[in-house]
Amino acid sequence: MAANKRIMKELGEINTNPPPGCAIRLAKEDDINLWDVTMDGPQDSPYTGGKFHIQIVLPKEYPFKPPVLTFRTKIYHPNVTNDDKGAMCLGMLRADEWKPPNKIVDVLKLVRAVLAAPQPDDAVEAGIANEFKTDRKAFDKTAQDWVKKYAK
Amino acid sequence: MDSDDEVNSVISSEDLGGDADSSVGDFGGDDSDVDFDELQEHDGFDTQEKDLKPRKKAFEIDHKVYSPEDIQRQQDDQVAEVATLLEQPHESTAILLRYGRWNKERLIEQYMDNQEEVLDKAGLGQDVQKSPPRIEVIDGFVCDICCEDTPGLRSFALKCGHRFCVDCYRQYLAQKIRGEGEAARIKCPGDGCNRVVDAKSLDILVRTDLTDRYHQLLMRTYVDDKENLKWCPSPNCVYAIECGVRKRDLTRVVPTVFCDCKHSFCFGCTLPDHQPCPCSLVKLWLKKCEDDSETANWISANTKECPKCHSTIEKNGGCNHMTCRKCRNEFCWMCMGMWSEHGTSWYNCSRFEEKSGLDARDAQARSRQSLERYLHYFNRYHNHEQSAKLDKDIFHKTEKKMTLLQSASDMSWIEVQFLEEASQALQRCRQTLKWTYAFAYYLARNNETEIFEDNQKNLELAVEDLSEMFEKPTDQLSGLRVEMMDKTTFCNRRRIVVLDDTAKRLKEGVSYNLHFYGFGVVC
Repeated sequence: MAANKRIMKELGEINTNPPPGCAIRLAKEDDINLWDVTMDGPQDSPYTGGKFHIQIVLPKEYPFKPPVLTFRTKIYHPNVTNDDKGAMCLGMLRADEWKPPNKIVDVLKLVRAVLAAPQPDDAVEAGIANEFKTDRKAFDKTAQDWVKKYAK
Repeated sequence: MDSDDEVNSVISSEDLGGDADSSVGDFGGDDSDVDFDELQEHDGFDTQEKDLKPRKKAFEIDHKVYSPEDIQRQQDDQVAEVATLLEQPHESTAILLRYGRWNKERLIEQYMDNQEEVLDKAGLGQDVQKSPPRIEVIDGFVCDICCEDTPGLRSFALKCGHRFCVDCYRQYLAQKIRGEGEAARIKCPGDGCNRVVDAKSLDILVRTDLTDRYHQLLMRTYVDDKENLKWCPSPNCVYAIECGVRKRDLTRVVPTVFCDCKHSFCFGCTLPDHQPCPCSLVKLWLKKCEDDSETANWISANTKECPKCHSTIEKNGGCNHMTCRKCRNEFCWMCMGMWSEHGTSWYNCSRFEEKSGLDARDAQARSRQSLERYLHYFNRYHNHEQSAKLDKDIFHKTEKKMTLLQSASDMSWIEVQFLEEASQALQRCRQTLKWTYAFAYYLARNNETEIFEDNQKNLELAVEDLSEMFEKPTDQLSGLRVEMMDKTTFCNRRRIVVLDDTAKRLKEGVSYNLHFYGFGVVC
């Protein structure tokens, strides 16, 4: 498969030069389509100090279809679903916006940027988004509590 | 036609459409602000030919059926016309028109205002006239998608210069076309690039099976983009219908159209023909039936309401001494009166004269009334739906009946056709009747509604008569021939009366029963 070469190359590049705050490895030795990422909560955000486990599934059509990203660590964030899925649906991860030359490293950079600056207008959790917009203090508080509870 | 047409010597949509209406309908969006009434009246005196035909009924709607070839030709003609005007090659013009959702007036206007911006937004950039894109082999090329760098790797790039290997390009296009059903607006695979992959480039890259699907999808988009065109929703039907009725006309008209595949449907909502009931009411009604009908039936048959707090209560034990679980009110199931007034007479409730019981039953009656009212209309609606299905079963047996009849009597094939006509009339009339009941549910009580109900009753009587005859054993049918033919004609005429009357009323504006209209309104 042509895709394998691409994935191997991406994996090689990302391991020699990982994006800031990210540690990446394969979830299983023999499956290059399932990646485990540990992301540090960005400084100056309520998530600082937290360690978030993110799983990336590369569909078999990758890179023609976008990777699917899920938060395995519970996180209080407008752009991550507050359920057992922890799904994230953001800009370049949508099928109609994803372009094949886009790389996982770009995705991870985007995710980290969104952790630092949530996008409430593009939210999957309307309630959290609303709180983020109207009562920033309460939002920060809950987000920090969750970090202590789940992301240590 | 006016002199403007001579300036554009190319074929315009009028030549295709044939009559003036289609050209009015062609330019979706702002320019098409032609009132429905004007459209209809305009139609009345513009063509003398029409005066010779019998006058159009109020419920009949002008429409035209197009084959895929017609649709293709329409697109080609419009592309040709606009291409001359904009001085652009056909491929680019097609992309521009698709970008502008086939609203050519607006596109031309925007193009004249700011050519570069329009070209850019449509994904055409500046240099559209240069050499066409082709598959090339470039030394030292590395595909950014698959990371392949084998010497001699064939690659392709659009004008934007984002170059990828042919295999990746193909797979990308296949994913878009087959996986996502995208066609008119597939963008260059390059990161952040908005340039649209044009049909010619696509033909260079993909194989015929995909090209066919691509062109099919392009056709879909064309019809979907045009407000005056709709695909016939019948399975496997390839025709599209053109009709001038707009969304905002739908409160005043029910635009039933007839496809060449024999399917008749509403141009407004593409559901099967639902004359005389307007689309918005159909939607309300179907939603209501989906939510309520079974539940309402059951509630009506099995429950009563607590006379004090109106909670719905199902009697699950034998004793008539009820205690409401919610408000702890104690009452008698039989007379609905307060239990305390019963004293010790447990088992035979002989206390109907009691005031509290009377009041409670009154209140109960009122609250049940709206449910009963709904069920009245629903049961009749449902009945016609079921009967139409049964009639259809009979219709399938009709052909057998017809051959039987031919051999049993001395009738010729043409002479037994009355059975098929009767069967079709039954189908049509029941369809109409069914929707008259949904319509009536929302109508306000007034003189006009009474006229409507009279018409409805007359049609229903005629239909039931015909239906009864239709079920007679084959040996009796030949004797009923003349009578059945008369009844068929009568049914059809009664149906026209109902439809014509309601169509006229709709046009003038109908007053609805606001209580029910507002009941369960969906967004």
